Amino acid sequence: MPELLIELFSEEVPARMQARAAEELKRLVLQNLDGLGLSHESAEAFATPRRLALVVRGIPAQQPDQKIEIKGPRVGAPDKAIQGFLKARGIASIDLCRRVSDGKSESYVFDDLARGMPTEHLIMNFIESELADFPWPKSMRWGTGTTRWVRPLQFIVCLFDGRVVPVSFAGVAAGDTTRGHRFLAPALIRVLGFDDYRAKLRAAKVMLDAAERKALIVERAQAAAAGLVLIEDDALAAENAGLTEWPVVLMGSFETAFLDLPQEVLVTSMRAHQKYFALSNPDGRLANRFILVANTETADGGWAIVAGNERVLRARLSDARFFWDQDRKRTLEGRVGDLDAVVYHARLGSLGAKVGRLERLAVEIAQYVPECDVSLARRAATLAKADLTTGMVGEFPELQGVMGRYYAIQDGEQDTVALAIAEHYGPLGPSDRCPTAPLSVTIALADKLDTLAGFFAIGEKPTGSKDPFALRRAGLGAIRLILDNGLRIGLGDLFAAAVALYAPVVEASAAGVAAELLDFIADRLKVHLRDEGVRHDTIAAVFAKGDDDLVRVVGRARALQGFLAGADGGNLLTAYRRAGNIVRIETKRDGRSYDGASDPGRFAAPEEVALNESLGAIAEKTARALADEAFEDAMRTMAGLRPPIDAFFDRVTVNAEDRGLRENRLRLLAQIQATLDRVADFTKIEG
Amino acid sequence: MAKSASFQQLILTLQGFWAEHGCVILQPYDMEVGAGTFHWATTLRSLGPEPWKAAYVQPSRRPKDGRYGENPNRLGHYYQFQVIWKPSPDNFQDLYLGSLKALGIDPSLHDIRFVEDDWESPTLGAWGLGWEVWCDGMEVSQFTYFQQVGGFDCAPVSGEITYGLERLAMYVQGKENIFDLDWNGDGVTYGDVYRQAEREYSAYNFEHADTTRLFAHFADAETECAALLAQGIALPAYDQTIKASHLFNLLDARGVISVTERAAYIGRVRVLAKGCCEAWLRSRGHLPAA
Repeated sequence: MPELLIELFSEEVPARMQARAAEELKRLVLQNLDGLGLSHESAEAFATPRRLALVVRGIPAQQPDQKIEIKGPRVGAPDKAIQGFLKARGIASIDLCRRVSDGKSESYVFDDLARGMPTEHLIMNFIESELADFPWPKSMRWGTGTTRWVRPLQFIVCLFDGRVVPVSFAGVAAGDTTRGHRFLAPALIRVLGFDDYRAKLRAAKVMLDAAERKALIVERAQAAAAGLVLIEDDALAAENAGLTEWPVVLMGSFETAFLDLPQEVLVTSMRAHQKYFALSNPDGRLANRFILVANTETADGGWAIVAGNERVLRARLSDARFFWDQDRKRTLEGRVGDLDAVVYHARLGSLGAKVGRLERLAVEIAQYVPECDVSLARRAATLAKADLTTGMVGEFPELQGVMGRYYAIQDGEQDTVALAIAEHYGPLGPSDRCPTAPLSVTIALADKLDTLAGFFAIGEKPTGSKDPFALRRAGLGAIRLILDNGLRIGLGDLFAAAVALYAPVVEASAAGVAAELLDFIADRLKVHLRDEGVRHDTIAAVFAKGDDDLVRVVGRARALQGFLAGADGGNLLTAYRRAGNIVRIETKRDGRSYDGASDPGRFAAPEEVALNESLGAIAEKTARALADEAFEDAMRTMAGLRPPIDAFFDRVTVNAEDRGLRENRLRLLAQIQATLDRVADFTKIEG
Repeated sequence: MAKSASFQQLILTLQGFWAEHGCVILQPYDMEVGAGTFHWATTLRSLGPEPWKAAYVQPSRRPKDGRYGENPNRLGHYYQFQVIWKPSPDNFQDLYLGSLKALGIDPSLHDIRFVEDDWESPTLGAWGLGWEVWCDGMEVSQFTYFQQVGGFDCAPVSGEITYGLERLAMYVQGKENIFDLDWNGDGVTYGDVYRQAEREYSAYNFEHADTTRLFAHFADAETECAALLAQGIALPAYDQTIKASHLFNLLDARGVISVTERAAYIGRVRVLAKGCCEAWLRSRGHLPAA
């Protein structure tokens, strides 16, 4: 069956956009084919710096005919109406129509066949509009045109069953020609179909498949390392695959004198601007070698390319050395004052002010972090942001913290202080390593709480997909710092303290903002624990108790989930709801509350007595278990309520004739709820 | 690579190359600018429907980048070679590669790449998409398709190429230090011509510029620009915009503009730049008279 081949050949497409664009092209074309009733056997999309390509195999040449029913007049309608229908639809005789009844009356229906259109025409119809609306993250106009594409479009190949589909877009008419590598094979290439296209491109020094280019880069880089260890970097390999049509791996070196620079500085210098891979010795020390990925083959085997790249790297490393030497002429402590001139946020004051708050918050938090020295915590907070004024961090912002650690060690600060400076930005996401050193944990948590407090206080909360200040990440970071390190902290008070520290720059209700922040943390916690299989409604049920000690909240939620999963829990939940419904309805009808203890003197049935006794005993035991944080024990204890409750519902009529009896029973039911609610708010449980 | 060309020969070669392709060869704009883009031949001429092809050298000043002539890779004053071509031709990349060949950079021996680098000038209210061009890992040019200037859509679109002349010369001559560049092929180096200036201007930019007077000059330029815009004369008003922009750069280098104020000052220059672009379009009959 026929095959569709599309290539969109343009000036260089940004590496970061290529893979997504290829997938979008595939998705859009398949969606259209599907909508037109055109099946296909397989489809593959490709991207290189200069082309997006798509092959869809096994498409029928002709759209299948489609049966359609044409509804006619009623049986027995005036002849004029029937003749009109036949004429309008080109039907020879009413005898060709079926009669269909809807139960009330009969009408004529004609079974027609909509002829399928040739596939080629249908493709023409949708390609142009899809290209015009193509979802590039950023697109542009060029020349005198008004059409947009990611960069100027130069050729379109559009072949169906080997024949050109004459589409046209952005002033470019589709044909069957493309070009090979920009320098190695620039001549026009005529292609017959996908296999021919792929083979001819390969001969013309273009490797169509990004995955193949990436695999080749990694394989050749490993081979080139020979005795050294390639520092693997998947994102870097992918980026290089997006910058090359014909990747050629080469190795260069730099003066060993540069190895005195911090390893992170060397690796970042190589990676960030130059896209080089770094190499290390088998003992882990960085080697004075690098791997570069060129996009061409040269007669000198890449000698001039390597020499050029080595010169560029030398200039970059010289720059880095200049910063390293300059930066070390001042101590971190001496830089702290400079932070007053750096704006943290227009409405939240300077970085200097932030450091002032961090110092106080760190001292506060240190009390809750086991083995955290308070005076060192203050010291680490003072120095945490000082590296932001260094030349090195100005040049490589991604080295914030890391450089602070080097400079702190240089200044003779304690190792734990230096480590806290390096680690206080972490964890940076769900999979990033979470700090564990007491001082690091303290500063990292202080930094996150301060950030959250400030932005919430000025109403800059994340909404939908918008989170410009990465507050969700800060929230998750705080949660992980607390849970992973088992910190027993009342988060509400800490948030309120953090908000209060912003006064007088930001005047906000500390309690109000802290409450909003706890809601926000509860939401983040649900997301975080969902990945660990904890149900969001159990978190909500526990949070509703107003507990802000996350370690306890999670322990309780896990125990609750285990309890609800068992037969006792499920039945108890049913009983809880049944009791709740009855009490709610009667409360509403009678216009009065049934809170408060029931009167043991008025019990008539033995089941009432038994239930009341169980409630009393179990309430007491549960309270003790909760106080000991033995949450599973608390749940097991509650399960003991099940037999007396079941017996009560089986034998006792709540809505008794006797008013006093009825009211006493309603109070008993209300007590069931009250007892269970000590553990969690069961109204939040779903399902 | 061909025998290495002197710095001045590089400029002459580029001028010759683009002249042959029909560009008007202009001389530098006689104002202190941060980049070749600020020449009226690029900003104002990239607006409106008239075709325009020009090339010129532009001495550029970035007070903050001065290093007293002591850093081998950084200068407070340097040269850009600028090409502006409207509407951008279909073979613009090929023309550019042709110019590299003319400079002695043979793509069959070197690794030349177009790497995403979008351009935005908040001061000019301008942006475009394009690349930085790498030669063996070194950025030697910027290549941009202008989309907006002064807040106005560029239609047709201009293509802009900016060559960093010192970088290119270092590459072509194989030098590691800007000041060692061969200027004239006859014994004069870049250092002979510019080292003293780098030292003295760094001292001025970082130590001696009188900030009170500079603030006053900024306000004067702003007032003057507004007055000229009221008269609808775009080019003299544009001179004042550029003056204000440079004064801002000097104040910034002196470290007297805080991060928050920075955005406000850039915004004030942008208002002037937009006014000039609008006046230019009106004076050419592409916007209704005010």
